[in-house]
Amino acid sequence: MRNMSTAVLYNDQGGAEAAVEAGQESTPTTSSSGAAFGLFSTDFKKNEDLKEMLESNKESLKLEAMKRVVGLIAKGKNSSELFPAVVKNVASKNIELKKLVYVYLVRYAEEQQDLALLSISTFQRALKDPNQFIRASALRVLSSIRVPIIVPIMMLAIKEAAADLSPYVRKTSAHAIQKLYSLDPEQKEQLIEVIEKLLKDKSTLVAGSVVMAFEEVCPDRIDLIHKNYRKLCNLLVDVEEWGQVVIISMLTRYARTQFTSPWKEGAIFDENNDKTFYESDSEEKKEQTEAKPYIMDPDHRLLLRNTKPLLQSRNTAVVMSVAQLYWHLAPKHEVNIVTKSLVRLLRSHREVQYIVLQNIATMSIQRKGMFEPYMKSFYVRSTDATHIKTLKLEILTNLANEANISTILREFQTYVKSQDKAFAAATIQAIGRCATNISEVTDTCLNGLVLLLSNRDETVVAESVVVIKKLLQTQPTQHSEIIKHMAKLFDNITVPMARASILWLMGEYCERVPKIAPDVLRKMAKTFTAEEDIVKLQTVNLAAKLYLTNSKQTKLLTQYILNLGKYDQNYDIRDRTRFIRQLIVPNEKSGALNKYARRILLAPKPAPVLESAFKDRDRFQLGTLSHSLNVKAAGYQELSDWPAVAPDQSVRNVEVIEPVKEWAPLVGKTKKSKSEDKFYSDDEDEKEEEGSESSGSEDSSSSSSSDEESGSESEEESSEESDKTSSDSGKSSSGSEKSSSESEAEQKKKKKTKKAPLKKNKLTAGDSDSDENGNGPVAQSSSSSAESSSGSETDSEDDSDSDNIAAQKKKKSEAKSKPKVEVKSKKEVSLLDLDDFSPAPTNAPKSSVVSSSLLSDLEGLSLSNVSSTMQVTTPSFGPVKTYELLHHMTGKGLSAKYHFPRQPCLYQPSMVAVQVILTNSSDHSLEEIHIGDRSPASLNIHCFNTIERLEPEASVTVSMGIDFSDSTQAANFQLCTKEDQFSVSIQPAVGELLMPSTMTEEDFSKEQGKLLGMNETSATITMATANTSSQAIGKQVLSVANVGVVSSSQNNVHSFSSAAGRFNHENKERRVWSQQIRRSQGFKHAVLFSRENPHKSD
Amino acid sequence: MIHSLFLINHTGDIFLEKHWKSVIGRSVCDYFFEAREKAVEPENVPPVLQTPHHYLISIYRGKLFFLSVIQTEVPPLFVIEFLHRVADTIQDYFGECSEGVIKDNVVTVYELLEEMLDNGFPLATESNVLKEMIRPPTILRSVVNTLTGASNVGDTLPTGQLSNVPWRRVGVKYTNNEAYFDVIEEIDAILDKSGTTVFAEIQGVIEACVRLTGMPDLTLSFMNPRLLDDVSFHPCVRFKRWESERVLSFIPPDGNFTLMNYHVSSQNLVAIPVYVKQSISFFETGPCGRLDITIGPKQTMGKTVEGLMVTIHMPKAVLSANLTATQGTYTYDLATKVLVWDIGKLNPQKLPNLKGSLTTQAGTPKPEDNPSLNIDLKIQQLAISGLKVSRLDMYGEKYKPFKGVKYLTKAGKFQIYIYMFIFLENLMSYLLFEWLQCVLKHSI
Repeated sequence: MRNMSTAVLYNDQGGAEAAVEAGQESTPTTSSSGAAFGLFSTDFKKNEDLKEMLESNKESLKLEAMKRVVGLIAKGKNSSELFPAVVKNVASKNIELKKLVYVYLVRYAEEQQDLALLSISTFQRALKDPNQFIRASALRVLSSIRVPIIVPIMMLAIKEAAADLSPYVRKTSAHAIQKLYSLDPEQKEQLIEVIEKLLKDKSTLVAGSVVMAFEEVCPDRIDLIHKNYRKLCNLLVDVEEWGQVVIISMLTRYARTQFTSPWKEGAIFDENNDKTFYESDSEEKKEQTEAKPYIMDPDHRLLLRNTKPLLQSRNTAVVMSVAQLYWHLAPKHEVNIVTKSLVRLLRSHREVQYIVLQNIATMSIQRKGMFEPYMKSFYVRSTDATHIKTLKLEILTNLANEANISTILREFQTYVKSQDKAFAAATIQAIGRCATNISEVTDTCLNGLVLLLSNRDETVVAESVVVIKKLLQTQPTQHSEIIKHMAKLFDNITVPMARASILWLMGEYCERVPKIAPDVLRKMAKTFTAEEDIVKLQTVNLAAKLYLTNSKQTKLLTQYILNLGKYDQNYDIRDRTRFIRQLIVPNEKSGALNKYARRILLAPKPAPVLESAFKDRDRFQLGTLSHSLNVKAAGYQELSDWPAVAPDQSVRNVEVIEPVKEWAPLVGKTKKSKSEDKFYSDDEDEKEEEGSESSGSEDSSSSSSSDEESGSESEEESSEESDKTSSDSGKSSSGSEKSSSESEAEQKKKKKTKKAPLKKNKLTAGDSDSDENGNGPVAQSSSSSAESSSGSETDSEDDSDSDNIAAQKKKKSEAKSKPKVEVKSKKEVSLLDLDDFSPAPTNAPKSSVVSSSLLSDLEGLSLSNVSSTMQVTTPSFGPVKTYELLHHMTGKGLSAKYHFPRQPCLYQPSMVAVQVILTNSSDHSLEEIHIGDRSPASLNIHCFNTIERLEPEASVTVSMGIDFSDSTQAANFQLCTKEDQFSVSIQPAVGELLMPSTMTEEDFSKEQGKLLGMNETSATITMATANTSSQAIGKQVLSVANVGVVSSSQNNVHSFSSAAGRFNHENKERRVWSQQIRRSQGFKHAVLFSRENPHKSD
Repeated sequence: MIHSLFLINHTGDIFLEKHWKSVIGRSVCDYFFEAREKAVEPENVPPVLQTPHHYLISIYRGKLFFLSVIQTEVPPLFVIEFLHRVADTIQDYFGECSEGVIKDNVVTVYELLEEMLDNGFPLATESNVLKEMIRPPTILRSVVNTLTGASNVGDTLPTGQLSNVPWRRVGVKYTNNEAYFDVIEEIDAILDKSGTTVFAEIQGVIEACVRLTGMPDLTLSFMNPRLLDDVSFHPCVRFKRWESERVLSFIPPDGNFTLMNYHVSSQNLVAIPVYVKQSISFFETGPCGRLDITIGPKQTMGKTVEGLMVTIHMPKAVLSANLTATQGTYTYDLATKVLVWDIGKLNPQKLPNLKGSLTTQAGTPKPEDNPSLNIDLKIQQLAISGLKVSRLDMYGEKYKPFKGVKYLTKAGKFQIYIYMFIFLENLMSYLLFEWLQCVLKHSI
């Protein structure tokens, strides 16, 4: 004990050294006594010491002790008796200590259930923590404690977490589902409900984990996937790589139950040698559907298309899973695209190669053509591991055909001489297989193999003989030459196994070599005594067979050999000799058996079959563990056969549900209306479902603008989907705003391009326009501009209707549209404008979608309280800062500036309105100014219409909408003219993504209290002392951060608020954002924005 | 999915274990040890094994086995890929992945494993995310932590975990903004004894080291992207841009990473930088053989070939070698029968030559196995495929970064077949050649 305490002391004082050594079992290097301690101490003693440390008051000692404990766990040593001491520290403030305690708890809770319960309350508290990270890790640990008694608590926690605002917590809850299920399978039904809910989640973070949970808990509930199928397909590229693997394999199974086989008609594309596998089922199906040509389900196509880019993933598991998906689902002529990627994987780690080669081996049996061009990639290298070599050989053999056999054989020649004898033996077998499969080379192979009999290595010889034997048996006609040849070689062959085999062959086919066989027997008689046992046995066999077929010549020889054998030292040989003698030499005793001697000894032996070891692997899904082991592994899910008739396709349609219905059951929950979004993955779907879409939009009276847009957009599936969501929840007040500002822009554009004079309102846009021209890039705040912009609100209201129609008609002129719907929905917008805007601009997200009768329903929701207290002070607050988008030098005369009008965007609620002023400072007119490619490609931009012509010195203001996806990441796109393309980017400040709102201080603090899991964005503003009046600060903050002032009783605290109108990717309700500004001592004011993080962090 | 993980060293000691679900006894590893015993070489252990109740999937890296225990069906590549990712992470954190390093940092490794998997399903594998949660050890930090009591464990959710760019954290700041790209190409080739290319391809990789402030959006374009046959990308690269424009558009991770791997196949005629003239022969009579190797430049595009090294695995029967090299040094390892000739720089005026005699065991049969000859080389400032980066553009940030591209060509698996001549006087050799000719005739 004394030594021990010194050890502790050392560690404690050792400073840096001790920290570096942390985790090692305290082996101080400085004193010999310490070393001795390390040597003689027992676990028990050490644990005593640890206990003391854990119970001390010093944080550092505790941490040190925990590190050692974890070290013990890692080494697999038992430290369970420390449980009481450790569990006390679960509530520690030190995050590292806490984590280590968690690690310990998860490991030992199962063994010490009663004590483990002590920690539960800590986790329950942590589950309510505002920090999402703490919430998530609490749930992780809680669910990892395998104590049956807490199942109800876990269930509750999972349900709550599944509705959490943070996608990370939701992801954790998906993981917890599996844990709870394995702890108590009786909870299955409830868990399925949670899974169903989480499947609707649109976060890429959650998708992989929930599908994993689905696979574990209820893989047979394929019906849960229907509604989420298209979403999963579309999200796939953005899901993290591990999730991709799970989703892809699940979707493979799904697709096999839902779509009809694409292989029926595809048979024309197939190669000749392709008929083995699917022949049978495609045939039977042909009968049923002969009349109808096969048309691939658009959803089927969607899956194939969306998985294809993943072939380029760096994660080999992802590539493999896409490959197997194509193998099992794609039309035959499309499967080839996976080849290259699979071959690429062969460059990866040895273990990866092993698995990939196994899969290629299975594939190459059915479809040689796929891998034939890459044959050389399967050439064996001397540095390969044996199992890799064998697999490559297998594949090469599968690929062999008349055209390439000579190349392959030449390659094999090298392998036969390999130092790795097991591999050389495998090569010989491969040569044998090639010989049977390709008749042209049979003789060459046979000759080659015969030569190998002279090899000094037993394995090689034995293998050659076996293969020759097999070959001769399969082609029993023209091989007397070879047997003769072998007889010639016989004298030179020393390996007993080979000699024995040749003797067997002689005997078996003695009738074909009537002259040689007796001669060989003669030689053998001479050397019999010197031969190995195995050779002697075969000599006896040969003698017997010859005696039966050619007794005249060999009778004496046989008798001689039998006599020799009779007195052999080996009893096996004596035994055999006696038996043979009884069998072949007729005498009184042997009787009946003698008659059958010939039939016994010279019975035709069945030819051994030479075929691939991977022949039957195709019963398993490629890429699975079962396939790799060729045994059905536990939990393997069979891939079903294609259905003869496709099940109802419409189950995957996600129709727009009546808002009322959707709202009712969701009262009081934080996450809403996940399923009411409909999304159309791509054009194909779009066209197909156009009818239903239009009717749907009419029913739900969703706002017009975004709905129409979806028709014209093809690429941005995922953003489109979110657009839909927001369009459903579009809001009335902002709706009118949008239309006003938008129609304004449209008007201007028309004026410039069509030269059609229109009534022009001097509005915000105009204001800022002149600002820029006059003041250059930076326009600082002025209160006057705020006024003018507020004017725009009232001004535009009347016009918006008519303008909108005109604008939209123009917009839609090129794209096919449904004029009727358009007009109708237009009216609704204006209607709602009048309804909602003037009296109480409630900002409930639903209000524009929901008819007025519904508003009363909404009143009952907890949410609507939020919205009633918050008033979005929508009109922009004037101070507009202009940024340069494109300098006229780089733009070859075209210059562009932009600013944020801080008005809701008309096009889609999730977009931020941006006004761009394009000026032509060159001396020639520019044509066809439009927006080109954008990056990231998923970036959702509402482009302005192409400007046909911009005269020198002229400028035009256009407005566009950009969906920044709630992040401050720059939107990059190309500004194109007829000749040139310029890459430009717009990066919004946080404030530009917000909408300011006003509220009372009371409400403010109430809302602030509701905010969970915050994210902070901070910025610093420097102001002159003179400006420290609250008004001035208010203005300043407004100009920078776009937030509204909350009147405050405290003099030195200024609060600001804004509504996250555009942040409704995930959740329909408008979330309150609150900002607070604190006045500090000096001139600096830190602005803290705290906000709920809906989707992404900035 | 992954139930447990055991780390096993080359002597068969389990020195770390981690269980993500309930504990599985170490005895499960016995099945593995059995297979290990059978395989002789550690490389030959089958990666996937079946035991009565579990499945074992293992990888062998840095003389360590990472053995994972699986209970139900799971794509084996999923596990293998993950295990490699664990090894990568350890390497990334501590500079190497070896037993010593893991033992020294056992707590950190354990915490890492805890974060990387949740209930056997990968949770955080991006090194950037992990580093925010568990900071890699540095000497300075250890000192600071001991003095201030600060910890190595982060208490906030790493920003990457939530964003669409999990590989990059926000708020990166550098005073020197720089982006370097190394285009490294490896030639994989098999040449036959006459110097004809049996098989050749180029495997390329672009390693990047990007230290840029903020959220830069980079676009890397090539002069000749059509050259690339097959590519795989870091997740940051946008597939669609590549498909439509053949440019690499990405928001880079912070620090070192592999941007892309590519493949240039033999159709594009791979240039072989060197040729080898060799003859190894043995006499049937007398315990000796002869060896003569000369190396010369072939297609080097005017660059110097450096780091030239020849490795020959000799037949087992060769006892010793008595050779003279005109350039460089040679060693012959008696135990492994490996002859290594380290040449260095290749001088085209005076070709390096290695010549001399080999002694074989007297009385034993002449060697039959073919030795294999592997070549290692380096060519600086050359991408042998001819791939060229044309430009790097940065969007999203205002400053001007310092940019650099470096090219390097290496020999990958560069192998030359050798046919030894054994002068035999008997019928066998005659027949052997007869067969060779026969086969060759068929091939023509």
